[in-house]
Amino acid sequence: MATQVFSLPKTLKGDVKYSFCPGCDHGVAVRLVAEVLDELGIIDNTILSAAIGCSVTTYDFINVDALEAPHGRAVAEAVGIKRARPDKIVFTYQGDGDFASIGLAEGIHAALRGEKITAICINNTTYGMTGGQLGPTTLVGQVTTTSPTGRNLEYYGYPIKLAEHIALCDGTAFSARVSLDSVPNIKKAKQAIKKAFEVQMKGLGFGFVEILSTCPTNWKMSPDKAHARVRDEMMPVFKPGIYKDVTAE
Amino acid sequence: MSHIVINGDKCKACYLCIEECPKKLIKISKNTNSLGNHIVEFDDPKKECLGCAMCATRCPDLAITEVYKG
Amino acid sequence: MVECLTDKKVLTKGNYAIANAAVLAGCQCYFGYPITPQSEIGEFLSGKMQELKRGYVSAESELASINMVMGAASTGVKAMTSSSSCAVSLMQEGLSYACADELPFVLVSVMRGGPGLGNIYPSQGDYIQATRGGGNGDYKLIVLAPSTVQECVDLTYKAFYLSQKYRNPTVLLADGLLGQMMEPVEFYDYPYPEIDNSSWALSGTKDHKARIIRSYGPLADDRCRFLEKLFQKYKTIEENETEWEEINTEDADIILVSFGSTSRNVKTAMKKLREKGIKAGFFRPITLYPFPSKRLAELSKTAKKFVTVEVNMGQMVDDVRLAVNGACPVELINKGVGIPPSAEEIVSRIEVL
Repeated sequence: MATQVFSLPKTLKGDVKYSFCPGCDHGVAVRLVAEVLDELGIIDNTILSAAIGCSVTTYDFINVDALEAPHGRAVAEAVGIKRARPDKIVFTYQGDGDFASIGLAEGIHAALRGEKITAICINNTTYGMTGGQLGPTTLVGQVTTTSPTGRNLEYYGYPIKLAEHIALCDGTAFSARVSLDSVPNIKKAKQAIKKAFEVQMKGLGFGFVEILSTCPTNWKMSPDKAHARVRDEMMPVFKPGIYKDVTAE
Repeated sequence: MSHIVINGDKCKACYLCIEECPKKLIKISKNTNSLGNHIVEFDDPKKECLGCAMCATRCPDLAITEVYKG
Repeated sequence: MVECLTDKKVLTKGNYAIANAAVLAGCQCYFGYPITPQSEIGEFLSGKMQELKRGYVSAESELASINMVMGAASTGVKAMTSSSSCAVSLMQEGLSYACADELPFVLVSVMRGGPGLGNIYPSQGDYIQATRGGGNGDYKLIVLAPSTVQECVDLTYKAFYLSQKYRNPTVLLADGLLGQMMEPVEFYDYPYPEIDNSSWALSGTKDHKARIIRSYGPLADDRCRFLEKLFQKYKTIEENETEWEEINTEDADIILVSFGSTSRNVKTAMKKLREKGIKAGFFRPITLYPFPSKRLAELSKTAKKFVTVEVNMGQMVDDVRLAVNGACPVELINKGVGIPPSAEEIVSRIEVL
């Protein structure tokens, strides 16, 4: 008799069809968040602060109450929700445009204040929804629609390393960078996401996970090559790891 | 016996699962779905599937909905 | 600093009166960023909200504070932020979203001089900012304009009530003069019924299906049903909530129209004009949106002239002209920024007109 070893998380809305492009890892990340909410048993006590960008549709897939924030303000709205209802589990699901660029002040200050929320940030080195422009996470040398000859330091400066920055904030309880390039790393990513929720549930502080992810459409790569790029080009610069974990100290 | 269940309607033909399967039991089908994609199909005549769920873990579109082991 | 009082008459500043009234109104969350001339509101609430175990954050910016307020409001609690002029400019995006999301909260806007950084003198230069807004799309904010420190209390209560009743952000539009001025005020218990928000507020899915508060979905309907519904709501607000004060208007040849702190000297000027035998009337919009256009249109049938008095370069005068619609002349007596013109100055300028 065969036993079921994989099923779709209950937190996902029935018969979900993602609106993401083929090979985009948003789909994996959303599923991992849903699996974590399932396993922690907090589905019906959780509120999502949704961001702008490809991540905005998360509320169409995850079966939780949700508020749509203006671009970059998901963390601020999450803070408002949590301060009004400290008994709720509150999280954001944002892209790097939302968190690292226009919303960086909110993210850093929420971390400094030790806000008891969880922020998930997808890093795919570009603005996906608007067609692949240069963003704060774009790698040096990377060609985008607004860095046609590649990101050069004279014009564009350096990309930001989010997980390290957030880890430097004293109010941060957990900060990690994970990658979705391979199945073992997907499993690690889930553990990190779980931890980022657990520190909130324990009231320890700000929980943050930066997820290295693909954007095959704007990178103009096959899904397979896009995952190779995450491994070969992104991971050497954006090194996966746990940068802060107060529960381990 | 170990096997997987594919919801062809959700398959976006990224074919990441094909590479992921350690036994190479997933292949491109002749059939297309409502999106016009040549979907993947599970082909395991020798009953080699390990029930490892690597394909489902990799699938970004929830198209591999169930995995059974044993 | 004043203590939170009820059933007591005290001498206090407008800013403290507003903050104290917010606490008494049941404001559960305050988020703000300092700016003169309203910083006392945040200073008072920082201690008081912690003492009462309510939500308070010294936000990193006005962008953050308006969005924190929206987050808190989405859970159904009463929430407030306060700011001034150039910093309220930073909140315009949030206000547009909040109207689209139908989130109820109170924004206290204590006007200072502008444009740009401007100055910290009293001003009424944000009439247009409050009533028209700088955010995108079709939306309306309910705007209440107090003229005394007592009204800072009364209208703070009312601002919470109207915002809750109509699920719409409400602006309490005060100015630096009111914020800093001390007057005797009486506090009392929140006089309005509590609104049940449980049918829409976010609280987790224990007792309801997943709710999404957003503008993107409803507005992606090109049959405009969402906008039509929103504007039906605004029509109801216009019909039910328009409020103004008028004195000696029935037989008036000349009606002086003014709002907020400036209206106090205008009221005195009207009395002085009457003493001189000039048939003057006084008209003060209390709700700037909804604007008392209907009543002004009625009065335009009997009055010979309207004069608006404002501390700006002429903003409300446009609304008076729209209401009067050419029935009689509408003149402007104004001062760009600073202490409002005195009653004597208003009288002498009217005599010149």
